[in-house]
Amino acid sequence: MFFQRKETKLPQTEQKRETPDNLWIKCENCSEILYRKHIEKNYWICPNCNYHFRINSDLYLNYILDGGGFIEEYVYNLETKDFLNFPGYAEKLKELKEKTKLNDASRVGYGKIDNFDVIFFITDFRFLAGSMGAVLGEKFFYGVLKSIEKKIPYIALTSSGGGARMHEGIISLMQMAKTTLAVIELRKNSILYINILTDPTMGGVMASFAALGDILIAEPGALLGFAGPRVIEQTIKEKLPEGFQRSEFLLKKGQVDLVVPRNELKTTISKILRLLS
Amino acid sequence: MRPLDFEKPLYDILEKIRELETNPSLKDSVDRLKKEAEKLKEEIYSNLTRWQIVQIARHQDRPKSLDYLNNVLDEFLELHGDRLFSDDSAIIVGIGKIDKFSIAFIAQEKGKTTNEKIERNFGMPHPEGYRKGMRIMDLAEKLKLPIITFVDTPGAYPGIGAEERGQFSAIAYSIMKMLSIKTPTISYIIGEGGSGGALAIAAADRVFALEYSIYSVISPEGCASILFRDASKAEKAADILKLTARDLLELGVIDGIVKEPLGGAHWQPKEMYKNLKEHIIEQLYFLKNLDIDEILKLRYEKYRRVGIVYG
Repeated sequence: MFFQRKETKLPQTEQKRETPDNLWIKCENCSEILYRKHIEKNYWICPNCNYHFRINSDLYLNYILDGGGFIEEYVYNLETKDFLNFPGYAEKLKELKEKTKLNDASRVGYGKIDNFDVIFFITDFRFLAGSMGAVLGEKFFYGVLKSIEKKIPYIALTSSGGGARMHEGIISLMQMAKTTLAVIELRKNSILYINILTDPTMGGVMASFAALGDILIAEPGALLGFAGPRVIEQTIKEKLPEGFQRSEFLLKKGQVDLVVPRNELKTTISKILRLLS
Repeated sequence: MRPLDFEKPLYDILEKIRELETNPSLKDSVDRLKKEAEKLKEEIYSNLTRWQIVQIARHQDRPKSLDYLNNVLDEFLELHGDRLFSDDSAIIVGIGKIDKFSIAFIAQEKGKTTNEKIERNFGMPHPEGYRKGMRIMDLAEKLKLPIITFVDTPGAYPGIGAEERGQFSAIAYSIMKMLSIKTPTISYIIGEGGSGGALAIAAADRVFALEYSIYSVISPEGCASILFRDASKAEKAADILKLTARDLLELGVIDGIVKEPLGGAHWQPKEMYKNLKEHIIEQLYFLKNLDIDEILKLRYEKYRRVGIVYG
């Protein structure tokens, strides 16, 4: 009864955009007015200040995987259960499904990076801030089992500001344990596991599977950590220093392996795969 | 003891009893009042709302980890430090004896008095606390000691140093160690199980909650400020989050509930210690009869299954 649905998705060539198709766009960081087409060609990185715009999972697949996509199978139709009857959750899910054409914040599938086979797992910030619920836990686990079966590396890209998804209460917290259990399986089977941490990856996601890769790669300027900056400020009653919890800060503190700009993610992963193949 | 709002009528009667008891000629009235108090106590505590349970779980006089270590274990020795940075006072680790079993323990300690609370950082661990815990897990695995953890924390500490030293990685690796360790593990939520900071030492083979304890992905206050933009609506949020021991059992997240004296462990601490001691010994015998491969298999099934989303 498990894994009964199978559906193959064609590689994504068209990029979906949330914002209206304006010709010009303002950098969220330096306020420079930029020609939209230039930004799109530049991996949504501001040429002026190097700010990495927050982008959706389709774009990441495009930038990292050969042919711009992967095959999502079996688990891609998993439906979220509303364990707590959380107010507004069912409606929110319905609305987000229509808006994003995704079933959940997480996606997993088989793909290639410079011809290396990989299982690729990704969270999409548009869907409840990329937060982790039971569907994410199951998809992550499923991907791990596929990686082990095919003996190919597992790569997880996270954009999960929400951490564990409040709407699923304690069940979402338990997904920290479930995804960690999956990582243990990768270890037992000597499967390479790489995390790509993008803006933002926080809370229960950062404090479970996203922290446990053999190699942690962060995008420049990404907010990464356990506690949110506002919670910290409220607790310690001071302003946080500039750049606190950003990728470059974490690199300096020894918490990540590499800070890699978006346009070099593919070549960097490909290099790791080459060095280890 | 300090009464909670909903306990005030009960405390008023108890206070009156104490006054009258000084006068032996009023024995009849005292007896009558005592009966009344019993009835009132029954009434108050048999219909607690989730928010009232949250308040009991966080009650200042509620026994804390150190009380259980002192009164439930036959003997113990606290060990210190993570060998990397410092000794986190919010997490106590060590070795001990209960019945005929040698055990290792990891416990979050909130403290009771104001000074203790400050000293213990209100039970909010830093990364070095979790790393100290992992060090004891190593020791336990090597010597094949069962591990008992006592969970009682509002959450991992949200601070600059904690983030700099990798709070997220300390928690993640602590969960991983608990789930991969080749020795049996038992966790007790004794008061407040605050999110990832609690799970870091609660991802055990057997997880139990004391009757008036709570365990949640987010505090009711945190949930209320997101959901209603108003932290004072925590009472409503507590209901939504389904965070009591009974809720956790219904959701399949814990393996059982440890009975508390009516009104909470602080009313009859001795009774609580006895209940918990018996419970721990029973669990240790249960796990002793399983070989480690079987335990690892059950552990895998338990966490593989959590939050089933099929069909």
